[in-house]
Amino acid sequence: MSEVTMDAKITLEQLNVHFGTNHAVKDVTMTMATNSVSAIIGPSGCGKSTVLRSINRMHDLTPSARVSGAILLDGENIYCKECDPVTMRRRVGMVFQKPNPFPAMSIYDNVVAGYKLNGRARRSEMDGIVEQSLQRVSLWDEVKDRLHVNAMQLSGGQQQRLCIARTIAVCPEVILMDEPCSALDPISTLKVEELIDELKEKYTIVIVTHNMQQAARVSDTTAFFYLGELIEMGDTKKIFTNPEKKQTEDYITGRFG
Amino acid sequence: MMTAILRRKMTNGLMMLAMLAATVTVLVPLGLIFFYILKMGFSSINLDLFTQIPKPPGEVGGGMANGIIGSGLLIGVASLIGLPLGIFGAVYLSEYGTSRISTMIRFSADVLSGVPSIITGMVVYGLVVVPMKGFSALAGSLALALIMIPIVLRTTEEQLKMVPMTLREASLALGVPLWRTTLKVTLKSALKGIVTGVLLAVARVAGETAPLLFTALGNMFWSHKLNEPIAALPLQIFNFAISPYDDWHRLAWGGALVLVTLMFSLSLLARWFGRAR
Repeated sequence: MSEVTMDAKITLEQLNVHFGTNHAVKDVTMTMATNSVSAIIGPSGCGKSTVLRSINRMHDLTPSARVSGAILLDGENIYCKECDPVTMRRRVGMVFQKPNPFPAMSIYDNVVAGYKLNGRARRSEMDGIVEQSLQRVSLWDEVKDRLHVNAMQLSGGQQQRLCIARTIAVCPEVILMDEPCSALDPISTLKVEELIDELKEKYTIVIVTHNMQQAARVSDTTAFFYLGELIEMGDTKKIFTNPEKKQTEDYITGRFG
Repeated sequence: MMTAILRRKMTNGLMMLAMLAATVTVLVPLGLIFFYILKMGFSSINLDLFTQIPKPPGEVGGGMANGIIGSGLLIGVASLIGLPLGIFGAVYLSEYGTSRISTMIRFSADVLSGVPSIITGMVVYGLVVVPMKGFSALAGSLALALIMIPIVLRTTEEQLKMVPMTLREASLALGVPLWRTTLKVTLKSALKGIVTGVLLAVARVAGETAPLLFTALGNMFWSHKLNEPIAALPLQIFNFAISPYDDWHRLAWGGALVLVTLMFSLSLLARWFGRAR
């Protein structure tokens, strides 16, 4: 079993991302293991969100973005010509910085939005998926009596857990989280962090965070980015106690960033 | 000290007065139009106006029913042509277009919406009426559609751009294809604003007269064929108003009142749609 968990789920090979003339991510090569939590830290503008968004091809929507290099998901390059981003994204879900439930939908419909929007919602299966997904993010008890009210009536923390429920409802293999707690209060943050810890049994999680304590609390490995480059990646404990590079040490001890 | 405050208060008062005067000056013509049309047209509003076709010159009575039906048909066909083109074009500009082509289309649409409507009518005359060897309702509808397209295109594009990027991303990240995302998330979120824009575009072409002069031409009979000339309310108002017969003048005022009421209602409906929910 331990050998399986060491498998590389995601491998970035010589990843470069340009926005017009701005070289945002430079020659990044790194690996994320199956069923682990990898944290990406670094000061604002260091390219950490850009790296994360390359993993499910979110840059496809930005006309000025150019991605080169390779990202392997279970050994297959998601950027190859014949690869379909839509089927790939069903395997690689994403939770965004600001909770973004669909504003015109109820809580229930938001959870199964992945099915409904794809026209694959079978009424008989949906009830079970909604309950299961909301249970997993411990939101079920809070909303089970008002599943059909508008999702925007929930608090920010509840909305973010709803977005996580929506993501796991379609059974992805990887969950990307782009600063998922930056818009949340400390209690909601704690809940989401506990959730990440539970989720890693089934999913491979990559989380971008501004909060170094959070990275130290939730992740198995940590990667430190600076000015678009991967400075150092390793075991979280090691990165935070005994980093190899001076830049990493300066950042985690608060000398810059 | 006292005089400084006094002067400031006086300046303030004067400027407020000037702005109020400007506002009233703008509203007065609108009020005059409504009041005058109501005064002249109200006596002509009766059942005949909506059920009868015009009587021959010299005879008293008759109505504008064929013009009202004709306008409805023209606007309906124009919408069938113009709305899908305008909305699809806007989706392309906002969701799919690469920047250089989009800029060109946007510029063309702005130029098109600035073209005087009589020119649009002349162009359709040359492109449709001459080859088809006759005036027709279809030609009239095409002219109206040409006027609608840039309006619908630009308002729809504005509305689509207001849909937050994060919603599109949320949908795409769930493995929903871009076309389904556009249809079920982006267009759905912008629907209210798009409907408002469509209603305003319909209101705009409902009152157009010039583009119909060389295309739909107008007639005095019941007509519902697309390949024949057809009556339209604004055309009838125009023809009757410049005729020498008193009873036709009376009908023209009645028709004007109907047209203004229709456009007013469309604007109100558009506002209501923009606000509801």
